[in-house]
Formats: sequence, C-alpha cells, structure tokens
Amino acid sequence: MPPPVISVEHVSKRYLVGHRTERQIYGHTNLRDAIGRELRSAARKVVDVARGRQVVQGDTVEEFWALKDIGFEVQEGEVLGIVGRNGAGKSTLLKILSRITEPTAGRIVLRGRVASLLEVGTGFHPELSGRENIYLNGAILGMSRGEIRRKFDEIVAFAEIERFLDTPVKRYSSGMYVRLAFAVAAHLEPEILIVDEVLAVGDAEFQKKCLGKMDDVSRREGRTVLFVSHNMGVVTSLCPTVIWLEHGVIRQRGSARQVITEYLARRTDREQVICLSGVPRPQYVEEDRLRLQAIEWLSDLPLRHGEPVRARIHFKTRVPVSSVAIGIGFSNLEGTRLLTYDTDFQGEIRPDLSKSGEYSVDFCIASLPLAPDTYALDIGARSGHGHALDYLAACAQIEVIAGPMTPGFIVLKGAGVRLPCEWNWCFSEQERKLRLIG
Amino acid sequence: MSYLVVIEPGQHERNYWRDLWRYRELFYVLAWRDLAVRYKQTVIGAAWALIRPFLTMVIFTVIFGRVAKLPSDGTAPYALLVFAGMLPWTFFSSGLGDASNSLIGNANLISKVYFPRLIVPTSTLVVAFADLLIAFAILAALMGWYRFAPSWQILVLPVFIMFAFLASVGPALWVAALNVKYRDFRVVVPFMVQLGLYVSPVGFSSNVVPAHWRLVYSLNPMVGVIDGFRWCILGGQSHLYLPGLIASLAVTLFFLWFGIHRFRRTEKSFADMI
Repeated sequence: MPPPVISVEHVSKRYLVGHRTERQIYGHTNLRDAIGRELRSAARKVVDVARGRQVVQGDTVEEFWALKDIGFEVQEGEVLGIVGRNGAGKSTLLKILSRITEPTAGRIVLRGRVASLLEVGTGFHPELSGRENIYLNGAILGMSRGEIRRKFDEIVAFAEIERFLDTPVKRYSSGMYVRLAFAVAAHLEPEILIVDEVLAVGDAEFQKKCLGKMDDVSRREGRTVLFVSHNMGVVTSLCPTVIWLEHGVIRQRGSARQVITEYLARRTDREQVICLSGVPRPQYVEEDRLRLQAIEWLSDLPLRHGEPVRARIHFKTRVPVSSVAIGIGFSNLEGTRLLTYDTDFQGEIRPDLSKSGEYSVDFCIASLPLAPDTYALDIGARSGHGHALDYLAACAQIEVIAGPMTPGFIVLKGAGVRLPCEWNWCFSEQERKLRLIG
Repeated sequence: MSYLVVIEPGQHERNYWRDLWRYRELFYVLAWRDLAVRYKQTVIGAAWALIRPFLTMVIFTVIFGRVAKLPSDGTAPYALLVFAGMLPWTFFSSGLGDASNSLIGNANLISKVYFPRLIVPTSTLVVAFADLLIAFAILAALMGWYRFAPSWQILVLPVFIMFAFLASVGPALWVAALNVKYRDFRVVVPFMVQLGLYVSPVGFSSNVVPAHWRLVYSLNPMVGVIDGFRWCILGGQSHLYLPGLIASLAVTLFFLWFGIHRFRRTEKSFADMI
C-alpha cells in the first residue's frame, strides 16, 4: 500500500483559558478585594509579558485540551467526514492540518499540496470589485495568477455574477457574495482539500450546485478531501468513511452510515424526562405565577417520523392563574419555527387553575410530520390571549429519525414538515387509454 | 509525490523560505489590495500623499530654520534639507505604523488561511514605498523652485532607499509580532514614532550634534538613512559621516535579524492569540 496522504500521530492541542472567579457570580465584592485581585492579575500579566508568554484575561488560568492524542490516516483519494458536537475539536483539527496553528504535541505528515476552506470568502475586500476579489481571494487560497486567469470565466459563470463583475462587493446581495466566494474556492486544485462547514450557505439551488461540485472534486477528480459538517445528510452522501470526535478524542471511525447512526443516537437529549426548572428564561417572562417544570416523553426516543408521539408537560403554579394555554414548538437549529402545537388551537377551553400546585397536561401527535433531522424544542405557557407566563426557546435538542413508513428520498434532504394531503393526478386522454390497456 | 509537509510542534522550518517564495504572488496581491483600497472614498485621493509631507516640511522649516535658526548643510536651502530628511522618515514612520497593525487588521486571514505570515507586514511597506515615490515628485518640484541641481550622488539614492527599507523591516516585524500578543503596542508605536521624529535628524542637520556624540547618535539607524538621503539629494553640500553610517547599518542589520527571529518564533501561535 502506498504511504497515506495524511498521517496524524498522537496530536494534541492545548489552549489556556482564563477565568474570573467570584466577582461575576456575586456581582459586588468589596473594593479592597477587588483591588487585591486586580493587582494580582496585573502582576501575573507582567510576569507573563516578561517571560514572553500569552496574556490571559481573568484571575485564574486553566488548561484546556481541545485535542487529546488524535491519530488517524487518510489514503489518497479518500473522502473522510468529521462529525462531532460544537467544541468537540473539529475546527481545531482542521486548523492544525491547514497549518494555521501548530499542535502542542504530536506529528503530522502531509503528502501533497493542501488547500483549506474554513470559511467562505476569506479576505474578500468590500471596497474591491468582484473581478478584483476573484484575484485577491484566489491568491489567498494559494492559486497563482495564471491559474486564476485560466479559470476566471468558469468561476464567473459558476457564481452567476457576470453583470456585476465590476461592482464593489459591498454592494452585492449576500447571496451573490457567497456564490462568488464559493465559486473561487471550488476551483482550487490542491491534492488535499480541507472543508469546514462552508456548504451551509446560499439558497437551496446554489447549495445543490456546491454539493455537486464537491462530489465532482472527490469522486471524479480523485482528490483527498476532509470534510466537516453538521448536516448528516450531506456527510453521508459525500463521505464513505467518517470520524466522530468527542471532547477532543476520536470516539469512533468507520463507515459513514454506521458512525452517523450511532452519533445521532448519542448526540441529542435522550433523557426521557427533560427538566426545565433550571433553564434560564427570557427577560419578558418576569413573573413566576406559573413555571414549566419538565417534559416527559411517553413514547420511546428518538422520535420517529410518521409515528405517534406522546408526552406529558409538568408545570407548577404559585398563585391561582386563569385561562391557561400551553404550547410546544419544533424549530430547526437555525431557530426557525417549523411546527407548533397549542392546547387552544381550535378554540378548546383554557382552564382556570384556581389553586396553586402541580399540574400536568398530556399531548399526543398522531403522526409526527417532521422529517428525520435534529430539531430544537420550544415550549411555553400563556394566559388569556397571549400574555407569556413562561417560555423556553430551544430548551432541548430532539432527534427525529426515519420511521418504518419514511420514504428513502427524504432521509437525506432536510425536508422540514411533511403533511398528507389529497392528490388527484390529471392524465391526458391518450395516456388514460394507454393506462387502461396496460 | 512532490510536496511533503511535516507538522510538529516547535518546528516547520524546512519549508519556510520555499513557502515564502511560493506565496510571492500573495505578497503582490496584498500590496496591490492595500494600494487599491487606500484612497477609495476619499475626495482628493492620492493628493493626501503629497499634502502630508509638504505641510510637515513647511512647519519644520519655519520652526527649525526660521525660529530656532539652525544651520543647513552647506548652502542648501533649509526646506530642501528638511524635505530630504522627511522622505525616509515618513517612509519609516508610516511603514512602521501600518505594519504594526497589519496582522491585527488581517486577523480574518490569519485565523482562516495558512501562508507565511511574514508576507502581511512586509506587504504593507509597499504602500509606504508608493507614498515615498509620490513624495519624490514634491522633491523634484522643490528643487526646481530653488534652482538646486542634483549632482552625481543622486545616482546612489537607490542604495539608501534599500537601506531605509531594511531599517524599517526589522522593527516593523518585531512590533507587528508583539502587537498580536500585547495590544499595548497599538498605543506605544504611535508614541515612539512621535518621539523618534525629534530624536532623528529630520528637522535639523545631524551636523548640529556635538562631534563626540555623533557616533553614539548614529546608533539610531534612521540617522544613517537620513544622512545618506541628504548626501545623495543635496550633493556636495552634505558630508557623509562614515563611522556613523557604519554604526547605523550595523544596528539596522541587528534589528533585521532580531525582527525576523522574533517574528518567526511567535508566528505559529498568531492564530491562537489574535
């Protein structure tokens, strides 16, 4: 077997983080303490400067290992996906591989030119025109001028900005900006391409185009690609193998389907009861006449698309509250509400709760219309016609997986809410005859 | 496979200079960007590059020449003496100022893309160099006004422009690297530059410095650069003090080594600290 294109051995990365003790928690402390702390902190900074060390804000310094003893190899032409929660170390790993920052320990050997795409439009200058920015961005990504000139027309065509080539990009719409930025990056020709979550931009049409281009790069041109994304559908379709990072260590490496299934199963709030009492409330919920306590799933987790969902919402009242309505909502991870259920949706009664105490309300969704994906759960209580008694946005992450009736084509694309409705096909006269004969 | 990179903590020295060469186009492009952007959305544009040194020259000529009545070099007009000193000083001070903020100004690049970081501060010096070229136009006009013809020494000027460049690069790299770690240098640099204007012989001839202090005075690298510029531009009217020139050159070379050394030592952690 030829030597691997990327080999990573025992790589670790440490960061120093500063903390501020007490003060922030208790607000006020006495002046003498505050001065003492400031002096100690200043003295430490002076020592740091004298020794040429990094200055860390705060009065205690802690080590934080973003990566701990990572090791893996990537063969030529392999497309490797990297998944993990925020803070798992994915971006740090990519930054080390792109040589933006260096590891604290370990060794990496790269055989081939590396280009990394950690952000779309790095170095774009708003005052410069689209044409000028193509050259600027290309050079930043490591393309030579000749290379850019050769691909210039292709880039412009891909970005669909022919008419605005000589307009400063600060006057571009955000869609045009992103298209141009991706177009430049997509025409890089390195031997190793490192991509971090950059496909989650632009409109759906353009995303599809980007994915197609990524697929070209990896499959047809046979390049080695490292790909980080939170979109499991995209990872599954682009990458045969996947690494799952958790708290800076590799938790699992294997085929995409297998790793992602396990990753999804672990990633979300799998607790059958989600406690809500300690969750911070938004500011406009200032009174505590009614507090949502918990949501208890009566169905098995993870929830399945197309299957019934039953759950119980527990809450507590401190004083009598009249005309209470409870609602539950599912949003996508960008925060857009997709689906809402209210107790008084069709004019059902809003009960008056005349005694303080603990209550609960059950709900049942006959067939969950959410396509397989991760959603944020919002939950709230109102009195009367909309006065917020309690509200919790994105208090839990809920995974919806495919149910037995879920068609395969919606598993990969984030399909949002899918509802049944009545359809009637209209065939032409000729066709109808054919169908009758057939 | 032609290209092999080994990443280990504390050393990827081997490819450094080759990478620097490979990324030379980025150097041109960043310099071009800074130039192209410099005077966008200004009313009088590049004229600023003319007005600033001209006004400073007028003020210095009045204060040092008329009010303090300091002597010029030989028979050279005082305004020319001042302007010949202003040329390299403006280059040095604006170069140092721009370069010290350059890494922070390009933080988005540094935290998202790899390239030899040396490119960023050095490419900003190109902008200062462009201003220097524009300022030569004023010099030519001034010489015409005073009917002062240059002599053969003017041909040596490119050597001293190079000297000015080297004298700026060292401190610029050092300060740029420090600025990433300790933002205090944002305040320190303009202050040092302001002081340096009076410590260096910009508004006066270095001949006014007592002879036995002259060598010590020349430890300021800009003394050698400014004296050199004057010698070239004012021709025979200004005398070159050779030991001082050598002292300035030695200090310049030391700072060049020191600046590159410090910069390379810290550049790998820029992305973590910026």
